Amino acid sequence: MIEALRRLGRIGLGFFERLGRGHLFLLSVLGGLPGLFLRPRLVVQQVYSTGVLSLLIIVVSGLFVGMVLGLQGYNTLVDFGAEESLGVMVALSLVRELGPVVAALLFAGRAGSALTAEIGLMKATEQLSGMEMMAVDPVHRVVAPRFVGGFLAMPLLAAIFSAVGVMGGYFVGVGLLGVDDGAFWSQMQAKVDLHDDIANGVIKSVVFGFVVTWIAVFEGYDAEPTSEGVSRATTRTVVHASLAVLGLDFVLTALMFGD
Amino acid sequence: MPKQTRKTTKKHEKDDDVLVRIRGLRFARGDRWIFDGVDLDIPRGKVTAIMGPSGTGKTTLLRLIGGQLRPDAGSIQVDGLEVPKLSRRELYALRKRLGMLFQSGALLTDLSVYDNVAFPLREHTDLPESMIRNLVLMKLQAVGLRGARHLMPSQLSGGMARRVALARAIALDPMMIMYDEPFTGQDPISMGVLVQLIRLLNDALSLTSIIVSHDVQETAAIADYIYVISGGKVIEHGPPREIMHSSSPWVRQFMQGLPDGPVPFHFPAQPYLDDLLAEGEA
Ligand SMILES: Nc1ncnc2c1ncn2[C@@H]1O[C@H](COP(=O)(O)OP(=O)(O)O)[C@@H](O)[C@H]1O
Ligand SMILES: [Mg+2]
Repeated sequence: MIEALRRLGRIGLGFFERLGRGHLFLLSVLGGLPGLFLRPRLVVQQVYSTGVLSLLIIVVSGLFVGMVLGLQGYNTLVDFGAEESLGVMVALSLVRELGPVVAALLFAGRAGSALTAEIGLMKATEQLSGMEMMAVDPVHRVVAPRFVGGFLAMPLLAAIFSAVGVMGGYFVGVGLLGVDDGAFWSQMQAKVDLHDDIANGVIKSVVFGFVVTWIAVFEGYDAEPTSEGVSRATTRTVVHASLAVLGLDFVLTALMFGD
Repeated sequence: MPKQTRKTTKKHEKDDDVLVRIRGLRFARGDRWIFDGVDLDIPRGKVTAIMGPSGTGKTTLLRLIGGQLRPDAGSIQVDGLEVPKLSRRELYALRKRLGMLFQSGALLTDLSVYDNVAFPLREHTDLPESMIRNLVLMKLQAVGLRGARHLMPSQLSGGMARRVALARAIALDPMMIMYDEPFTGQDPISMGVLVQLIRLLNDALSLTSIIVSHDVQETAAIADYIYVISGGKVIEHGPPREIMHSSSPWVRQFMQGLPDGPVPFHFPAQPYLDDLLAEGEA
């Protein structure tokens, strides 16, 4: 009984200790941002590599999610004779929810885990220590550009996901199921609001990008410098980042659309 | 000739011929003392070896000198600067004048050999690319790898990786280089190359070198002075010839590589017979 309590206490302490370290780490990463303005090439490189890394999976998943939305939406809407609204339904689902959330989950699995593994391996092979001894701060030189790169890539990927998803919905709804072409687009244009829908979706993906890359770079930097340590950190990144995305999505949705 | 302008805390200690002075160093990992009162002097311009069995804290000592770890007590002075007391900025300024060769080489795996050597130059200087190119080729030429500049670190053998790391370590013309186990896992030829390079570079560039190692023969062959540490203390120091014929049985066992002696062959255990007779647990 006492032992169980003690274990609970230790787990709790460990959790808060890591949380604290994570925040301190974030502060030092943010301290590296001014330096990046002088060397934007470092960031561009990272946007490119994380973006390209995730692009294929984002496009393919976006297409299928859009096609499924088209099918499911049509089956429901047609009962009410409202299949012309398919475009609105597909677009809203994607822009408000599925785009940011699914893209962030995929991003965590693909780019987030790769970031953690890359930084963790650099630590395990003493590359980060080596940089420190060359008087180069690895948090500023290695972590900060990756953090900013991931943070910028995420909204772009979510936008691509939504756009491809709409094409998928169009392909199924208009191409296969015979929804009217003009109605599909014009209703979408009329009902999707720039501020309420698109802006909120973008805010979501920005927040998710921030959190996922933060978790990924922290786990990598904090990993135990052995191969098991790195592999555990990679797993933790995917699990924690996915949970964080889903939890935050609820909070953000409640704040944005819940009144 | 020492620069007159640089501000130092203790002038007289900067002008002497000791580059690194360690006094009463104590450092603990968990509740174990890795160093328990270590005094060391690293003379300028010489190759000094620090030897001892694996796990005695040789790497730890280099990290303490480089300011990556802070001692629990004692003083570590490098070129008259008290390392544990330096601010971050001062520490980074000092590190630009130190080179360190990690056990693994620690090359940046996503950069080519050329870019690895250019890395410190690009980070710390505003030299034009043409000048950087000349410097990089010079440093690579010094370690004999100018022809390997387009290779990636994963394409290098262990010995080549260490030589590239050496070229990178001398890129900023440091005053001192610290080598962590430079000979471990090298074939005889790369071993010979490294032994020669360390001595040659030390003398040609008037560096100060610290070699941390447990490879007795190679180290004794190039070191001017040897410290042997074990159990958190310096147990012997002197020129190689004296160390080889030390009066301490422990040092003799270590230097001559005898399997049994003051350091027992067996890990501490309960008596053999009791263990065989005991049943059940492994
Ligand atoms: N990060 C660390 N955390 C805890 N203990 C460590 C750490 N690094 C090294 N040690 C311990 O410190 C001791 C000295 O390590 P090290 O300096 O690497 O020895 P050496 O280089 O002489 O083989 C070892 O017993 C090792 O287990
Ligand atoms: Mg070591």
